[in-house]
Amino acid sequence: MTISPLQDSVRAPSLAGSSAVLDTGGVRLVDLPTGATAQVLSVVAGTADGDGVGGTELGRRLAELGFLPGERLRIVARGFLGREPIAVRIGTGTFALRAYEAACVRVSPERS
Amino acid sequence: MDAVSAATPLVALVGNPNCGKTALFNVLTGSRQKVANYAGVTVERKEGSLLTQSGKRVRILDLPGAYSLDPLTPDEQVTADVLLGRRAGESSPDFVVCVTDATNLRQNLRLVLSLKRLGLPMVIALNMTDIARRKGILIDADKLAAELGVPVVETVGVKSSGAGALIELLDQVAVPARVRQAPVWTTPTPADIAHDQSEVRRLLRVVGGDRLDEVTLSDRLDAVVLHPVLGPLILALILFLVFQAVFAWAQVPMDAIKAGVDQFGTWVGLYLPDSLLKGLLVNGVLAGVGSVLVFLPQIIILFFFILILEDAGYLPRAAFLLDRLMGSVGLSGRAFIPLLSSFACAIPGIMATRTIQNPRDRLMTIMIAPLMTCSARLPVYALIISAFIPQRTVWGVLELQGVVLFVLYLAGIASAMAVAYVLKRMGSGSTRQSLMLELPAYHWPNLRNLLIGLWQRIEIFMSRVGTIILALMVILWALSSFPAPPAGATGPAIQYSIAGHVGAWLAVIFAPIGFNWQISIALVPGLAAREVAVGALGTVYALSATGSDMSGALTPLIEHSWSLPTALSLLAWYVFAPQCLSTLATVKRETNSWRYPLIMAGYLFALAYTGSWITYHVASALLA
Repeated sequence: MTISPLQDSVRAPSLAGSSAVLDTGGVRLVDLPTGATAQVLSVVAGTADGDGVGGTELGRRLAELGFLPGERLRIVARGFLGREPIAVRIGTGTFALRAYEAACVRVSPERS
Repeated sequence: MDAVSAATPLVALVGNPNCGKTALFNVLTGSRQKVANYAGVTVERKEGSLLTQSGKRVRILDLPGAYSLDPLTPDEQVTADVLLGRRAGESSPDFVVCVTDATNLRQNLRLVLSLKRLGLPMVIALNMTDIARRKGILIDADKLAAELGVPVVETVGVKSSGAGALIELLDQVAVPARVRQAPVWTTPTPADIAHDQSEVRRLLRVVGGDRLDEVTLSDRLDAVVLHPVLGPLILALILFLVFQAVFAWAQVPMDAIKAGVDQFGTWVGLYLPDSLLKGLLVNGVLAGVGSVLVFLPQIIILFFFILILEDAGYLPRAAFLLDRLMGSVGLSGRAFIPLLSSFACAIPGIMATRTIQNPRDRLMTIMIAPLMTCSARLPVYALIISAFIPQRTVWGVLELQGVVLFVLYLAGIASAMAVAYVLKRMGSGSTRQSLMLELPAYHWPNLRNLLIGLWQRIEIFMSRVGTIILALMVILWALSSFPAPPAGATGPAIQYSIAGHVGAWLAVIFAPIGFNWQISIALVPGLAAREVAVGALGTVYALSATGSDMSGALTPLIEHSWSLPTALSLLAWYVFAPQCLSTLATVKRETNSWRYPLIMAGYLFALAYTGSWITYHVASALLA
């Protein structure tokens, strides 16, 4: 099994715009509808961003929570009024992510 | 065998957040716990002791939950520093208990692998095995031990007998004969993380326990609880019930405490001759203790609900639902409950900010909590409104006095949001805050955890806050009593005291916002607590009535001696002014420094003066 390495893209995820498919393939986790299941392709963290968790740290933390290539996930729910936060079931845990965090995870949607 | 404390081994509990670590800590140590803060940070430090069967004493340190040894939060920083022996004032542990959630091993094993790399002597506690078994997750503990080369024991943190195997093992732990070298940690590379991931998968295949239930009971509950329409409705209902309880249930015990303290004061007064000692005891100590004790029922009821909601796993869901709404002014979703609590009293509200992990979010919530209209403002509002706002119906249905009260509440909320927004802007410019909040599986709250948690909140409130508040109350009493009025004095005694002189001096400062010298003097003892100002006004106007008769007797008096702009200006003052030393003392305790209570007092007094000045001048101009 090939594992795409975690990498720092020079492009901030928020600037990736609405284009659903990028060079790494698949779609962004943030673009999945509620209830959808998918498999993680890669975690591409954006550039460091102020004092929030940014860049490599964000990518590493997502990996530590289980957002790793090959893991399966499901969108459990979305926040009231809008698209964030997003509750994602990954492995046996559920995490709430902000949109910019979820935008770092590229996934390949599964047919349900 | 009573070993010297230096020879008592120190065992650290380490684990992911939500792995049931604290429940296990409660089972191991029972009520033998000390809760404090780590030096210099607001991270809670919990240490307890365990007496094993052979009579050996073991110190147990409950380290904050961590996902990784590469810290992102202050909690994780403390855990990593203690384990690596880098934290000043903390000895590095002799033994590590890595607590894992048997139902969530896939995530928990990553931390196990990291800890193993540190090389500290350790054991893996396979916790929540009861829930795992019920879910059909069977983990071969012996195989896991063999694979990892680390002993593995099964534990059930919610059962008093659930830690038997772990206690037996801890009996063997001893302080090493010579000083061990501090472990070294290197941040894993992406390749390391990928390697750990395949190792976790391999382990799970070997030992079992990797049943990825497609839809669990928690998922089915989340479908309703996190539903975009039903979710907020359920949240509103829960909050309504909680605050109904805080106000309604607390009333009887609060009245009882107030009456009991008054009764005791009268009784002491009967048996003591009129003297300084009597004044100190009755008006200083007893009144001081009473004014603190009276908040206890609200604190107990509020924390009863918060602890249950937290233990059941609802609190992070509430934060999830409110994240967007609170985020618009730069607050975390978790700030909602502390802020709502502050409508009862800012003290439990500020104490409840401990559920906010992010230190910046927590500090911001603490700073705006006193702007929520607490119940102690009501006596002041009620007095002024009944004296100056006519009872009449406006726009057909609304009662004018009620409208004014509502506006005062709204002014508090609006200014809190505005302050939060300004603080966010003043921050380092970044608006992007990470969330990455775990929504743990729901489970039934545990009675032992609830009782221990409640007891800790009561202890913190009574001992730490009680001492400092009591000292301040006694000082205020002294300021209002000394020096005694000269012979043949005609005015009220307080006028000749230090507080009276301060008040006279304050009257010059307060003249531009319309306060007369009587108000200025009353504000000095009113620093102790907002409602004290009503009693102090009575003293200044030399009334002899007490308690509820006081405001009745005061109403006509102030109605004739104050102008309407003065009254409105005083209302505006009370929306902002930090006239509550207990709140400031709590902030000092919770933030571990004088810096934040001083900043808070400064900005709130500045807001109060500005607000009152504008109110006074606008009202004067309109009525002229």
